[in-house]
Amino acid sequence: MRKLFAPLLVLTAVMFAYAPVVIANTRYESTMFLVQKIFYFHFASWMAWAAAIGVCGIASAVYLFRADPRGDRLAVAGAELAILFGAFGLVTGSLWGRKAWGVWWQWDARLTMALMAELIFVGYLLVRKYGGPGAEKLAAGMGIFGAATTPFIYKSVDWWRTIHPQTSVVRNLGETAPDMYGAMLFCTVAFLLLFASLLTVRVHLESRRAELDRLYLALEDQP
Amino acid sequence: MTRGLCVAIVFLFLAGAPVLAGQQPATEGFVPASELPPDQQLPAAPFLIGAYAFIWLALVFYLWTIWRRLGKVEQEMRALDERQRSHAR
Repeated sequence: MRKLFAPLLVLTAVMFAYAPVVIANTRYESTMFLVQKIFYFHFASWMAWAAAIGVCGIASAVYLFRADPRGDRLAVAGAELAILFGAFGLVTGSLWGRKAWGVWWQWDARLTMALMAELIFVGYLLVRKYGGPGAEKLAAGMGIFGAATTPFIYKSVDWWRTIHPQTSVVRNLGETAPDMYGAMLFCTVAFLLLFASLLTVRVHLESRRAELDRLYLALEDQP
Repeated sequence: MTRGLCVAIVFLFLAGAPVLAGQQPATEGFVPASELPPDQQLPAAPFLIGAYAFIWLALVFYLWTIWRRLGKVEQEMRALDERQRSHAR
């Protein structure tokens, strides 16, 4: 993975540098005009968030059931990135909503569930930091349950009709506005690459911390 | 006491009347944001710039925290290494 890191980072940087050009070249949506262009980073943030939550959930299960410390390192990195990308999605959504809906926040099913999921992962990190011995296993349980909320959050807009657009809007975008769909895919790939780059760095940090702990233990064992 | 209370209630009604009279009638039905008068419409650019700026700033801040945490761990490892070496001597 370390060998892949440099090309991954370069590709991510190039895609992010080119993203404003791609977004600027898409047409304006007929009712929201300029503010709709928040969509490209907003949607991509949630996709990266879903990837981060997926990684955290699977890695937590691996750590919990196989006691593999690599799973724990991956899970904590995933949880932290889920908070980061979740914050991107919530803040950009709020700014978009203020202009398009006239409110900063709406307690509808999608928004409320997304906020709850964000809080679950904040809780995950708090449990790890202040939970004392065995907190990693408790946090792993939280990671699994946090990941289990993702399909419900995704389908919430179809099950409970509220102000938030349904999932079919994105699905139909390929037919109704191919340029918008292309820009959306471009930004999504850029965000997923950013997620992979950040995950690599964050896992490296956890590995170094684990090594430091090993060194401390070795020093204590010395006569 | 009762007289004072009655005077206060009458005063409240009289004082509240201009406020109630000045209120706008309730809007019937949904009014699209694009049909609002120009003085009530919000400009889109600050929201768009704000959204993208937030992502960039938060990302830079997060990268800085990772860099700082990594530096701290490396520094601690170097100190531990030196301690181990002096211990071996």
